[in-house]
Amino acid sequence: MKTLLILGAGTGGTMVANKMSKCLDSREWRIIIVDKDETHYYQPGFLFIPFGIYSPSDVVKPKRKFLPGGVEIIFSDIELVEPERNRVRLGGGKEINYDYLVVATGSHTHPEQTPGLTDAWHQNVFDFYTLEGATNLGSYLETWKGGRMVLSITEMPIKCPVAPLEFLFLADWYFHKRGMRDKVEIVLATPLPGAFTKPQASAMLGGMLERKGISVEPEFAIMEVDNGKQVIRSYDEREVPYDLLVSIPLNMGADVIRNSGMGDELGFIPTHKNTLQTVKWPNVFIIGDAGNVPSSKAGSVAHFMLDILVENLSDHMKGREMKASFDGHANCFIETGFDKGLLIDFNFDVEPLPGQFPFPVIGPFSLLKESTLDHIGKMGFRWIYWNVLLKGLPIPFVESHMSMSGKKMLSKAPARA
Amino acid sequence: MADATLASVSFDAEGYMTDPNQWSKEISETLARQEGLAALTAEHWKIIDFCRQTGLASGKAPTLRQITTGTGISTKDLFALFPKGPAKKVAKIAGLGKPEGCV
Repeated sequence: MKTLLILGAGTGGTMVANKMSKCLDSREWRIIIVDKDETHYYQPGFLFIPFGIYSPSDVVKPKRKFLPGGVEIIFSDIELVEPERNRVRLGGGKEINYDYLVVATGSHTHPEQTPGLTDAWHQNVFDFYTLEGATNLGSYLETWKGGRMVLSITEMPIKCPVAPLEFLFLADWYFHKRGMRDKVEIVLATPLPGAFTKPQASAMLGGMLERKGISVEPEFAIMEVDNGKQVIRSYDEREVPYDLLVSIPLNMGADVIRNSGMGDELGFIPTHKNTLQTVKWPNVFIIGDAGNVPSSKAGSVAHFMLDILVENLSDHMKGREMKASFDGHANCFIETGFDKGLLIDFNFDVEPLPGQFPFPVIGPFSLLKESTLDHIGKMGFRWIYWNVLLKGLPIPFVESHMSMSGKKMLSKAPARA
Repeated sequence: MADATLASVSFDAEGYMTDPNQWSKEISETLARQEGLAALTAEHWKIIDFCRQTGLASGKAPTLRQITTGTGISTKDLFALFPKGPAKKVAKIAGLGKPEGCV
């Protein structure tokens, strides 16, 4: 009997368990999935909680519900991965030997890595990348009288690079709705030169920030939070004052990956970006945020990785050459407030372009352009996530590889991001 | 800026060298002046050398965190040596492409 071990039962791990349980002969293979937490969080939903659009119950369900029969589920801490020995040590001294390992341990926020950030944690300094942070921020906003709200991105890469922008757009809408927009100053402090990582989308989204009266402090590499003076300070000694600080803390790979010495400086595992096989260990693969693949860290990306991973894993198990190649495809609905949204679709080489999606002319979704339908797509995605995506099923008309169909080519060659 | 040292060197639209093999120490010094650095000290060179080494091995310019981890120089000092965006500035002076860093 051979063992396929999956570490992490979040978006990526759950999809791999579902798909591989159909691919592998159960007389030959056993599949084990390990996670420390029994609760599955719909992380894209955290964004809506501070503004009262979702409540915590909308974004949590038991993990077990989404995992197939025939897969052994273990809820336990993972203490150490020993890839040289094909072995993983769990809490309580239990060990699992594997033939193949899929690491799906994700990306996690670390506020303690920025000096001063946790001094007034969840008092007037919040995150919204955890359920606790999003919920506490929601309670705080209910009674906030206004002032200067600063959204600070610590360092790239972060999970869902569009979430900070969506947060700003929604905040603008929320304060309008509460009749207090004139009492709130909204500022984005970002290490990037502009609103987003890709030039076309950055220009488009930057224009939207400006129209909504949201100011940007670009190339701001945060050094510390000075809670006494209520400012954030950059390495080049710029200060941005705040009354309310919302932080996207440093993102790092899972503790176990760093403790096992498998990650880079941020604890993301060096991975071949096209095959999804790790650089050092041929029988270890990654899905989702756990690797250092230069694609966005997002659920849609994990979904597009899935078919590539399953094909390559199956081929490698049979001693065949791996032929499937991941192109970095990402597809993100961006909530822009006032019941509008916009959609971006891109990969390693092609930045987000305007047009229609998934079909030319008829769409129905617009690319890089605000529309009510893109908002409906965004809100409908929660249902897709729980009922289609986690099961590893294809999303109709959306291919793993990015398609140029419906996209308008730019007159000049796209600049590299 | 016209300079004899850079006459035969090719750059992209953003001013990054397109061929790291065309690089020389003299080119670094000229580019550093263009970037507003008065002179390159031993500390500067420690960072440039590190970036050349890792950049040529991996095919891409290192990120800020890779530089601080790899050289042991603090982020604060790095900003003092290469003000405003050290990762991009070093990449430019070291004759490497723009750091990918962010996606």
